[in-house]
Amino acid sequence: MAWDRNQMAARAAQELQDGWYVNLGIGIPTLVSNYIPEGMTVTLQSENGMLGMGPFPYEGEEDPDLINAGKQTITELPHTAYFDSAQSFAMIRGGKIAMAILGAMEVAENGDLANWMIPGKLVKGMGGAMDLVAGVGRVVVVMDHANKHGESKVLKACTLPLTGTGVVDRIITNLGVLDVVEGGLKLVELAEGVTEEELRAATEATIVN
Amino acid sequence: MKKVYGSAAEALDGVLFDGMTIAAGGFGLCGIPELLLEAIKQAGTQNLTFASNNAGVDDFGIGILLQTKQVKKMMSSYVGENAEFMRQYLSGELELEFNPQGTLAERMRAGGAGIPGFYTKTGVGTVIAEGKEHKDFNGETYILEEGIFADLAIVKAWKADETGNLVFRKTARNFNGPAATCGKICVAEVEEIVPAGSLDPDMIHLPGIYVHRIIQGEHEKRIEQRTVRQKKEA
Repeated sequence: MAWDRNQMAARAAQELQDGWYVNLGIGIPTLVSNYIPEGMTVTLQSENGMLGMGPFPYEGEEDPDLINAGKQTITELPHTAYFDSAQSFAMIRGGKIAMAILGAMEVAENGDLANWMIPGKLVKGMGGAMDLVAGVGRVVVVMDHANKHGESKVLKACTLPLTGTGVVDRIITNLGVLDVVEGGLKLVELAEGVTEEELRAATEATIVN
Repeated sequence: MKKVYGSAAEALDGVLFDGMTIAAGGFGLCGIPELLLEAIKQAGTQNLTFASNNAGVDDFGIGILLQTKQVKKMMSSYVGENAEFMRQYLSGELELEFNPQGTLAERMRAGGAGIPGFYTKTGVGTVIAEGKEHKDFNGETYILEEGIFADLAIVKAWKADETGNLVFRKTARNFNGPAATCGKICVAEVEEIVPAGSLDPDMIHLPGIYVHRIIQGEHEKRIEQRTVRQKKEA
């Protein structure tokens, strides 16, 4: 037993705080918006130039001028604001965004993050990921604990080109929650039905007590 | 001086030359200057360098200029939706300079504001920082990034008045403002040109000082990823 994609997103939603402006990455992080606790006001930033991102439009109401950073059609909310890309990243670089929840290919025990490139295979670009991890208040990674070959993605050191160094604060995987601390990773929480031994066995990184 | 031109080809007459650098607005296919890109294709200008967040898709946006091999170099943050781009890049026909998205936007803004360089934390410790000046401020390390000074800027806006004041619409604004400012000449294509005085001066997104030529036209405005939700039964 372990958390599925939706349970990981629901766990990540517990990281949110009332009044925060937050950026959600593509993939599982996008699902976090389905689990924002009742009564909490969280404003979602889309780095292509929008605060106050709404849900997908109803069929027939798609607007080509209104997309998110994943290029999907979306809608606006009563408090939505639009701005250009320079201002969008000024608020990111300027530390105004409280938290980014992002996917990852690899995370290391020192907080290094790799999530944009596999040399020779995947050369799409970093988009806004490097700006986000360098600028926002807190970086939470949500990802599967292992890759599709069963190898740990939680490593002593990243092997892929980095997105940022020492930038990750917390890792949420299908097996549990780990914090980046002095000397390695600290176990914060285990997913339902997962034992500490199982999580340690699936983790290459150092887990400190 | 008259800024309104009859067509994209007329608006680009005399400003295109082989080997030039063009800053283009747009994010994905949203808010791209699609009419001006088509006119550049027709003009056949060669060895172009584009500062543009993306490279379009194979048959739309900057992708149409990749098909005709008019592009020498791209300065972009994300090029994942374009198979022809990937083919030309991997075979060495096309140069690619990856820029973090915010760094690219700020390089355009800086160029337009007469700022030749700025320091940023973005990319420190990554391949992006290689070969760039590092400097510490208040105990943190930053890298030097340079402003972009383009020969030409091409942008898409929603409305313009005859003097070039521009209004964008929703997330189609994106890179269009920063790109417009960093060109020696800026050509804007819009959905509607209105008489001076019909736009609220307090609601102008980009003042006409940055915009030299304007055209009005029909836009396809293609959607890249159509995502919808179902209406709940009443």
